[in-house]
Amino acid sequence: MPPPKTLARLSQRHLLGVEPLSAEDIELVLATAQKYQTRTATETRPVPRLELLRGKTLTLAFFEPSTRTRVSFEMAAQRLGMNTVNLALEASSVQKGESLLDTVKTLAAMRPNALVIRHAASGVPHFLARHTDVPILNAGDGQHEHPTQALLDALTIRDHKGTLGGLKVAILGDLLHSRVARSNIHLLAKFGTRIALAGPPPLVPKAFERLAPSVAVCARIEEALAEADVVMMLRVQLERQREPLFASPAEYARHYCLTPSRLAHAKPDAIVMHPGPFLRGIDIAGEVADSPRSVIPHQVENGVAVRMALLELLVGGAG
Amino acid sequence: MKPLLIKNGRVVDPAAGLDARRDLLIEDGRLAALDTRIERPDADVFDAANLVVAPGFIDLHVHLREPGKEAAETVSSGTAAAAAGGFTAVAAMPNTQPVNDSALVTRFILAQAARGPVRVYPVGAVTKGTAGEELAEIESMREAGIRAVSDDGRPVWNSRLLRRALEYCLALDLPLVDHCEDPHLAAGGVMHEGEWSLRLGLRGIPALAEELPVLRDTLLAKLTGARLHLAHLSTRGALEFVRRAKQDGVRVTCEVTPHHFTLTDEACRDFDARAKMNPPLRTADDVAALVEGLADGAVDAIATDHAPHSETEKQTDFESAPFGVIGLETALALALEKLYHTQKISLLRLVELFSTNPARILGVEGGRLAVGAPADITIFDPERRWTYRAAEGASQSHNSPFDGWTLRGAPVATLVAGRFAFRQ
Repeated sequence: MPPPKTLARLSQRHLLGVEPLSAEDIELVLATAQKYQTRTATETRPVPRLELLRGKTLTLAFFEPSTRTRVSFEMAAQRLGMNTVNLALEASSVQKGESLLDTVKTLAAMRPNALVIRHAASGVPHFLARHTDVPILNAGDGQHEHPTQALLDALTIRDHKGTLGGLKVAILGDLLHSRVARSNIHLLAKFGTRIALAGPPPLVPKAFERLAPSVAVCARIEEALAEADVVMMLRVQLERQREPLFASPAEYARHYCLTPSRLAHAKPDAIVMHPGPFLRGIDIAGEVADSPRSVIPHQVENGVAVRMALLELLVGGAG
Repeated sequence: MKPLLIKNGRVVDPAAGLDARRDLLIEDGRLAALDTRIERPDADVFDAANLVVAPGFIDLHVHLREPGKEAAETVSSGTAAAAAGGFTAVAAMPNTQPVNDSALVTRFILAQAARGPVRVYPVGAVTKGTAGEELAEIESMREAGIRAVSDDGRPVWNSRLLRRALEYCLALDLPLVDHCEDPHLAAGGVMHEGEWSLRLGLRGIPALAEELPVLRDTLLAKLTGARLHLAHLSTRGALEFVRRAKQDGVRVTCEVTPHHFTLTDEACRDFDARAKMNPPLRTADDVAALVEGLADGAVDAIATDHAPHSETEKQTDFESAPFGVIGLETALALALEKLYHTQKISLLRLVELFSTNPARILGVEGGRLAVGAPADITIFDPERRWTYRAAEGASQSHNSPFDGWTLRGAPVATLVAGRFAFRQ
């Protein structure tokens, strides 16, 4: 698909989640990302700074610690020539008792061209989007959505499988607390992909099947893996659990870790993905993570291209 | 004061089985006469043609926030909102700061209310500080004027303590009002557990967290013989347990709020904190069950659970926002719209839910149009269309999910002891 012209726009002015995006929106993001991906993959000399968004400012407000998503956004912005303002909110006015709304109004008053927000509570970007005109990019809200992750995962799947539809994707582990899982389910369901979920029973409620008709909750991890084209592992989110939902990390690993023998249930050419950071030996066995089946480094690389595409689509032409 | 003659109204008084055109004469704050045609040339006349005239509405469940949270509401602003909503009396929940767990706080609330437009019936705490550990001074509060006890906002989770409290309530003829919530099943939840909570990534409060304590409470009420009133029921299962207990002869009553019979958990979809309350908005099936219960008698009263929160508190993200919505000024319109105009209930039944039964549950005068009794009267127009603007309401807080809704039916006048507490 040729790169779309600059007039092509998303149907949304914020990126709050994957759920409100149309399949056309997603196609547009992926096609735009491919443009940046080709350049970064084929250039042997240092990647040039693209000047498309020169002079524009991206403010990153991370109310929850993050390394990879924040760095990926910063690289994406810098490659497009943007200035980035990075707020360490742990050390700022949030600690002094300023309300969330006042903090964000203050940030918006500095007139950035877009605001990237991560927060431990679900729905924070949605609340803030009602109070600011600055385009907001959700970099993860609580247990709700992590749209840029799902978009980079889609790009990675398409790179390896050539398509999103007609596949079976197994998503395994702690589904309940995972915003990555929700965004991926919404995205894949828009393309009719079969989605099989499995993990410790309290972490994979049957209600997931009501998110989309192509979702199936499987009782056993092997059932979800059977004939899968793509295996997405999720990190055990110990920090989001307010109660013990499994006996111990060792007990979890014994039954849910992606080992070579479990992976053998998937198709021989199935790829293995993980949003990172992964827990070696708990989420995923070292042999699997380090094997050629693992596309984890490719996911990270695609993250920059997808975020460049989103910045172009949401900030480009807006000023 | 001149006598007041209310003419040509449709008088609806379930206690007398009356739904007919009548005139009412009010003299010296009391209902002096009720007849098909009254002539009194010296009286002021209120023409109630096309209006419904009913015994004063009593809201069993209101948070007036004073003392302690005057930024959200005061006795004065809360009772003004009650009057504007057609209520002549409200039961004031004890979770103020300090908690109404002593005669001192009860007397303070009554003193503040003496200047207000409607009657206030203080509800005392069951346990000190509503902490659920030691019994509050229920007998002293009874002497000071409480009309019920409750730890509302929290359940009385210790079954032994609840049993002791019920034993006191039996002797003092007070209803115990319980907030049914299993704190372990509900822990950390911010909305109903179901498809929407899963979709939104918000922690859920399962229906069972309400239903299990309903069953426990009715069994303890049976054991003790005391009067149990269950606050703000919201699920089909909870009503099923109430039905069974009533068939079993248990002295149990219950209330349902307008927001629970009007909205479902889908209202949380945009992470709008105005749709956050406890118990949470439930499913369409639960709403249907509540409406059935309101129609067939399983539910005894409509109560608002009016829970004001200042803009500062409520203007935040869904997870951080406090639970609760205001409701005094929209309750009657929502009941008319969702129950009466949909032909689910008659006007007689509506007045029973707003007046007759609440008076009986609290054991107070009122709830009927008795000649010689204080003239507490609610007059409303079941047809008038209007748009609710929370910011223009009498309540100091604006946290309503119905802001901007156009509703059918509105209060026209509220009389307390023969005086206009509110007049459209």
